[in-house]
Amino acid sequence: MAQIEPITGRYLRLEIHGRPHRLYFEEAGQGIPLLCLHTAGSDGRQYRALLNDAKITANFRVIAFDMPWHGKSSPPEGFQDEEYQLTTDRYVEMILAVSDALDLDRPVPIGCSIGGRVVLELAKRHPDRFRCVIGLQSSAFVQRYFPLDGLHKPNVHGGEFCAAYCWGLVGPGAPVAHRWETLWHYMQGGPGVFKGDLHFYSLDGDVSEGLREIDTAACPVFMLTGEYDHSCTPQASRDTAAMIEGAELTIMDGLGHFPMSEDPERFRDYLLPVLDKVRAL
Amino acid sequence: MIDALPELVNANASLVRRGRWASFTMLLGIGETNWLVAIDQGRITDCHPEDLRVSTCDFAILGTEDAWQKFWQAMPPPMHHDLHALIRAGKIRLEGDIDLLLGNMLYVKILLEQLRGRI
Repeated sequence: MAQIEPITGRYLRLEIHGRPHRLYFEEAGQGIPLLCLHTAGSDGRQYRALLNDAKITANFRVIAFDMPWHGKSSPPEGFQDEEYQLTTDRYVEMILAVSDALDLDRPVPIGCSIGGRVVLELAKRHPDRFRCVIGLQSSAFVQRYFPLDGLHKPNVHGGEFCAAYCWGLVGPGAPVAHRWETLWHYMQGGPGVFKGDLHFYSLDGDVSEGLREIDTAACPVFMLTGEYDHSCTPQASRDTAAMIEGAELTIMDGLGHFPMSEDPERFRDYLLPVLDKVRAL
Repeated sequence: MIDALPELVNANASLVRRGRWASFTMLLGIGETNWLVAIDQGRITDCHPEDLRVSTCDFAILGTEDAWQKFWQAMPPPMHHDLHALIRAGKIRLEGDIDLLLGNMLYVKILLEQLRGRI
């Protein structure tokens, strides 16, 4: 039987880095704003299960936006003359700009991978702007361990290779349909965009220096990491959490790098207790 | 050890379709033993142990016996479930025409996983 999902998708016109942008976002639910940040090279569809989860949307306004260059968000005018590279400052500024444009009151950013990294920076720089942060596959830094060039070169199909790389970042027990949905998002990424995001992940965005400055009394930090992630490994998350006094880390059995997308049912069992704590703050 | 690979791959219509542009010879190093795996349009046409040099094949995937044994478990342990995980763990290395491998990486990863739980 046909069914319309309870998700609303809209376009937002706003300025980021002083340039006009047209950004796509989806939302569902009412309550505490839960601002969802997708992984490098993907888009907001990774949060489709949260947006459709009535138990979550009863208490949270779940919002997932596609970063510029990703999903249905366009790159800024003139993009054809520049190389896309995400940096820590630009990432933080973008999230603040979206939060302001949507007039969100102390939202809870939940981010995965690059998003799991940047939420730590948000907690450090702007504890007054966020109730708390939730980092999925969150670590201070990941040294690159394969050449990024393969992600964007003329003799290798970028979409196919991005998916091939992510194939093994998904846990081996993930449901087949969700595995391939997750990979499809990667296959659809624009040329060089995944690589441009990894500029933040593996080159620019080492946030380890400032971790000890995070005041979890002002902005609590929750971390959830899948055991099969060979990029942000459980040990990397443990090392990161150990530097943030008061951070709460849980390692998730069976899950990989994309918990909310690769196996939403299994992930839900780990997320709901965290969201209960968020509501109690 | 991997004798079953051709039958498993060639009977998998989805995988053969995915590899319809894949034609190359791959050297698979399993500990001290090298295997020649010849592929033509997604089908394995030859698979046998042979003491070959990497330069005689298009590319090579060379791993320790322990790495492959864990990789081929029905439910492999973390850091042993994927080629890139094993590369990061230092248990597998790639040689030869890497771009050719990158261009066919999804096919090759799925091909190798056909042996999971069967060795």
